[in-house]
Amino acid sequence: MRLPSAVFLRRWGVQLAMALPLALLVWRWGLLLQGGDPEASRALGLTAEPVDHTINYLGLWAIRSLCLTLAITPLRRIRALAWLAGWRRPLGLWCFAYASLHLTVYFGLDLLGSFSELVKDVLKHKFILLGMAGWLLLLPLALTSTRGMIRRLGARRWQRLHRLIYGVAVLVAIHFILRVKGFQIEPWLYAALLGGLLLMRVVPRARGRLAWRAI
Amino acid sequence: MLIRHTPPDHPAEREVTPEALYASRRTVLAGMIAAGLVPSAALAAETGSPVGRGGALSSHRTRSLDESLTSLDSVTHYNNFYEFGLGKEDPARNAGGLRTRPWSVTIDGLVAKPRTIDIDKLIALFPLEERVYRHRCVEAWSMVIPWVGFPLAKLLALVEPLGSAKYVAFETLNDPRQMPGQRTGALESWPYVEGLRLDEAMHPLALLTLGLYGKVLPNQNGAPVRLVLPWKYGFKSIKSITRIRLVDSMPTTSWNRESPHEYGFYANVNPEVDHPRWSQAHERRIGDFLPRKTLPYNGYGEEVAGLYRGMDLRRWF
Repeated sequence: MRLPSAVFLRRWGVQLAMALPLALLVWRWGLLLQGGDPEASRALGLTAEPVDHTINYLGLWAIRSLCLTLAITPLRRIRALAWLAGWRRPLGLWCFAYASLHLTVYFGLDLLGSFSELVKDVLKHKFILLGMAGWLLLLPLALTSTRGMIRRLGARRWQRLHRLIYGVAVLVAIHFILRVKGFQIEPWLYAALLGGLLLMRVVPRARGRLAWRAI
Repeated sequence: MLIRHTPPDHPAEREVTPEALYASRRTVLAGMIAAGLVPSAALAAETGSPVGRGGALSSHRTRSLDESLTSLDSVTHYNNFYEFGLGKEDPARNAGGLRTRPWSVTIDGLVAKPRTIDIDKLIALFPLEERVYRHRCVEAWSMVIPWVGFPLAKLLALVEPLGSAKYVAFETLNDPRQMPGQRTGALESWPYVEGLRLDEAMHPLALLTLGLYGKVLPNQNGAPVRLVLPWKYGFKSIKSITRIRLVDSMPTTSWNRESPHEYGFYANVNPEVDHPRWSQAHERRIGDFLPRKTLPYNGYGEEVAGLYRGMDLRRWF
């Protein structure tokens, strides 16, 4: 058997890796619905509350793909990893896909598709408002992700628009922290990671400016 | 894995065993031991407390519910018990190290006859009842569980509360060696504490619980003795109790101290009053895919609403 070439992995590795968690979820749900006993859920790895678990799982993968998206720019500065640049767009789109599924399952299976309940939830609960705002900021980024849209907007304007991703990072970090009961470490770890990724963008720029002045 | 769904009207084994035979079980066992059929340890397990082999607890069902029971597997593998981890399946994994013998419960404070009662004496103190109750977590999920225990009121009457006693304070075991969660900052301070107004504690629905599904409580469900207050959010039903104190002022409760605007002292199930971060109007019943409406007082309003007559339930949430 021939091993997949490095070129193939560089091109499709990101898609395969990011599709895997979703495929696993769909596979488990398939078994659960086929079996017909909702309480088989735990044995299938969907916990005793499959819907709640699914919402959390999709949200977590949205945050993870956001972290990966934001990690590309600092990583590609390493020469050997420059090829990672091509992963930024697919990762960003996977982030949007997981966030959209997260929102869809919450809206469809938790609120049973009621818009009035959604409005009530968004207005009443800060963490839902933040999550909703995060998704709304992702929306224009996903819509302008095509080459054609970059051309139409002009690189400079496109880049300025896509800085919204930093806002998304701040919103979802707080969204996750406010979601959990009591003090739990996990959302703070993601907040620290996202904060670090944002800082890496501020620091080298400031250093660059200083270096320029020193000339 | 075997999951047994027993309909509420299905006779339990204990109901089809003739009472006379049941009452003479020790003699029967002794006879079997004499004949060398059973190791003598079986008799030791049978004396002193109604805990039988395999942790079976003999009880009579005094309260049924026309809703299907949540499976034993879900009841014992979906728990909030931060002493054993934050994940719902953590307590089932981590509670194995909890030693429930020897164990005693101290009842003191404003009472005429303070007592410390050994757990095996406690189990044998009053006839055990099996009651099927709804269980509603503040996180908006719910179960239906057949608990075994006796009314808390009976125990409180035993120690004779003084006229000055207005509240009851409860305390969980404090032992970070056995409860790894107590070595973390998951809650601001340990042990877990809870409280009730004395009239709430005396209410016949308040169950001092020693078992579920006909057996002694599994560790992850609050062994060896816990409270079950079906009209309140689950966090009020404190687990692994070591101390009950009668006091004259409203006691501190763990979640209220943690986040007073999110978790009130009363914490009665109320679909009208949302948790600040999520709605309480609906709940996800374990074993259902779609949510259902939450009932005021978790469906026990007829029995308990009188306790809160005239109170502003938005203020006293």
